[in-house]
Amino acid sequence: MNHVQAAIEIPLAAMGEMTHRCPLQCPYCSNPVELAKASDELATFEWKRVLDELASLGVLQFHFSGGEPLVRKDIVDLVAHAAKAGLYTNLITSAVLLDDAKMTALAEAGLNHVQISIQGAEAETADRIAGFPGHEKKLAAARLVRAAGIPLTVNAVMHRQNLGQLSDIVALSLDMGAARLEVAHVQYYGWALKNRAALIPTPEQLDEATGIVDEARIRLKGRLVIDYVIPDYYAETPKKCMGGWAQSFLILSPSGKVLPCHAAESLTGLSFDSVRDGSIEEIWRDSPALNLYRGTGWMAEPCRSCEFREIDLGGCRCQAFALAGDASATDPACGRSPLHRGIFSLAVAEASEDRRTLVYRRYAGQS
Amino acid sequence: MTSLSETSCPALAPHVVLKRDEARSRWVILAPERVLVPDETAAEVVRMTDGKATIAEIVDRLAEKYAAPRDEIAGDVIEMLQDLADQGYLK
Repeated sequence: MNHVQAAIEIPLAAMGEMTHRCPLQCPYCSNPVELAKASDELATFEWKRVLDELASLGVLQFHFSGGEPLVRKDIVDLVAHAAKAGLYTNLITSAVLLDDAKMTALAEAGLNHVQISIQGAEAETADRIAGFPGHEKKLAAARLVRAAGIPLTVNAVMHRQNLGQLSDIVALSLDMGAARLEVAHVQYYGWALKNRAALIPTPEQLDEATGIVDEARIRLKGRLVIDYVIPDYYAETPKKCMGGWAQSFLILSPSGKVLPCHAAESLTGLSFDSVRDGSIEEIWRDSPALNLYRGTGWMAEPCRSCEFREIDLGGCRCQAFALAGDASATDPACGRSPLHRGIFSLAVAEASEDRRTLVYRRYAGQS
Repeated sequence: MTSLSETSCPALAPHVVLKRDEARSRWVILAPERVLVPDETAAEVVRMTDGKATIAEIVDRLAEKYAAPRDEIAGDVIEMLQDLADQGYLK
């Protein structure tokens, strides 16, 4: 019996990767490298059961994500179902498939919020990064969102090839009518790890970006909320990834696997249960994979005796696995990891080489 | 940025929802990527911010209900709502 097992909380929010299909091919996509096939996706009735279970468990927010969630023909039906169940609903979209009729239907279904990703401040850069001519469509879609009276967040994933546009991205977000902007440096898992050499910023670029965010936050206080995520490689302390492994956030893969984060399926040897095999309540409580890294009981040194172990919960398991080859190691983003100096130097070296070639995320059938 | 005073008529921004969280016996304020947990008093104030009532009226009602000094309540209410406004929760 494990006496240091953390108390199991009800997750506050859940995210559904409704599909891995997407017209865009961003080289840092958070989907796993092994994408789920369309034929494995949960059916409409299965997603409805999931939404009902989440709401009755006490989950408060549901994020419709992907892939591109608007690829699914039943998305309006599912948003309406979630809203009726009392969930706060957020659509996380590339917006390239969002037209007037769909926006109206989503608003009528009770959608609370839309988040649109942008890949740059202007079409040439953005479309090259996305591997798809979508930038202008996104700007048109943002106008539809605002015309429908739905609040908008802009999500800008930042890296060496677009960081020079950060000031323009802040200005563009205001023009698009966003009340919130996520400036999220790429986190290097999965697809992004394949592309690290082409994406990782220099430390100088990172400092400049942080300065731009600090200035904009003061100047735009009350008009635009800016969330900022720095790349782990240049951090001194690791992030409390996902608020802790299987603590306050739950992710469902397109085929219904209950995951603690986007990248968890990259941990080889772990098997995650599907909503097709049992209730979410049972899976959340009993899944061996979810219980494996809950709390602090799994920790080895230097985490085990660290005074910050409850603060950051040892950082990110997926990053420990990717960089240290051991998911129970200290996250190398931590200054106390023996690998920390090594990954910092690696990042600096890769950034200074300045390779630009991208490996695009490709879904079966895309070319 | 907006500076709130007793003549302001604040309301929650359209993307912000105040909801009773039955599973945890508390109130929550929901926004994208955020869950705020107001205490009972803060939740009561937020419930009164309907875009019609002025802060002065809200303070009057609370002062009467709790038989507490009006100035003190006004200070607390404006501080709390200003904080919400600065974070983009009010319109």
